[in-house]
Amino acid sequence: MNTDPLPWRPIMPGTQPPLDAPGYGSTHRRHPRQAPIRIATTPTEAAAPRMTPAAYPALDDMTRYAGGAAVGERIIVAGRVLDEDGRPVPGAMVEVWQANAAGRYHHERDTHDAPEDPHFHGAARVFADAEGWYRYTTIRPGAYPWRNHHNAWRPVHIHYSLFGAGFAQRMITQMYFPGDPLLALDPIFNCIPDAAARERLVARFDLDVTQPEFALGYRFDIVLRGRDATPMETP
Amino acid sequence: MPIATASQTAGPFWHLIDVPAWADLLRADGPNAGFTGGDRIVLTGRITDGDGAPCPDMLVEIWQADPEGSYEGAFHGFGRCATDPDGRFRFVTVKPGPVRGRGNATQAPHVAITLFARGLLTHLTTRLYFAGEALNATDPVLATVPAARRGTLLAQPTGKGEWRLDIRLQGPEGEDGETVFLDV
Repeated sequence: MNTDPLPWRPIMPGTQPPLDAPGYGSTHRRHPRQAPIRIATTPTEAAAPRMTPAAYPALDDMTRYAGGAAVGERIIVAGRVLDEDGRPVPGAMVEVWQANAAGRYHHERDTHDAPEDPHFHGAARVFADAEGWYRYTTIRPGAYPWRNHHNAWRPVHIHYSLFGAGFAQRMITQMYFPGDPLLALDPIFNCIPDAAARERLVARFDLDVTQPEFALGYRFDIVLRGRDATPMETP
Repeated sequence: MPIATASQTAGPFWHLIDVPAWADLLRADGPNAGFTGGDRIVLTGRITDGDGAPCPDMLVEIWQADPEGSYEGAFHGFGRCATDPDGRFRFVTVKPGPVRGRGNATQAPHVAITLFARGLLTHLTTRLYFAGEALNATDPVLATVPAARRGTLLAQPTGKGEWRLDIRLQGPEGEDGETVFLDV
């Protein structure tokens, strides 16, 4: 019996950013010149660490820190973690981090002249349920400048880190907000060639996620790589 | 069919999700507390860019099998480490065993490495192998790497149970010093 793991599905052309992106200065000296070498899927890429709340405690509310309430507009973000076959990825670990409402990170290397918030740290860790749903409460982050080019500003975003059921599903991305005028100007967002793939990084306002008298809700689904179902040719 | 979500850079401030203790897979309060099998090893390295300058803001993760070469056993083979101002990382773990490959192949002991950072719009994946391991000669992944570049995947011993693998994100044009990255 052939017990070899199924290969991961190849990436759909244009739907992932390149490593060499002339418009994004930090890639210039960090992108490999040589193409990665394609390898057949082995148990190393098929398996993945079991990330559980027992070992990696969950935290689903960023609006309180150090004994006080963070400043800014409270929001709820919810969505599903799916694979490319549309199946939920139960237990997927989702880490998120972000700037505060003024666009300042709780980070020693962030020198942006915007107020720090002693009651906002800006990181959370949640786990997808059996249907792939995750959810957390936070403060809507602010836009902030960066030094990539003259008058460069990052669109409002929340960073996402995901662990799925296979090592090859590991990924980090960013969630953006609908209607942000900075999206059209952002080299990091626009490095993704395919317009539909870019739009999938933009959350949508969702009245079903919105909680009455409490917070606006946004929906953001994430799709991790799927297995290539194409059967192997048998002679 | 849905299409996989696009990757984006981790940026310079990913340390908000860093837990420095995770670089020690054998930490007393971690998922391997009480695990006593295998040989303790220390994995170190330095990450540099195309100018040879250290990369001080990298998110380095490892994923490995247990000493018997299994991913299904009690050992939790995941670690995360931030590089220091000189671009260095350091993990404490156990030496993985040989892992089954495709078909009847056997893979030499190895540790998968994933890199995220400012300037990396998608992550990079590579592997650490142990120099001098007999199984390296027949490892199916090493076999797909041109012989002149294989050395970039071989950690060298620097002391008892200590191994070092430096990673060069971008090599000089026309030379073989750039680390081999894998498309998995």
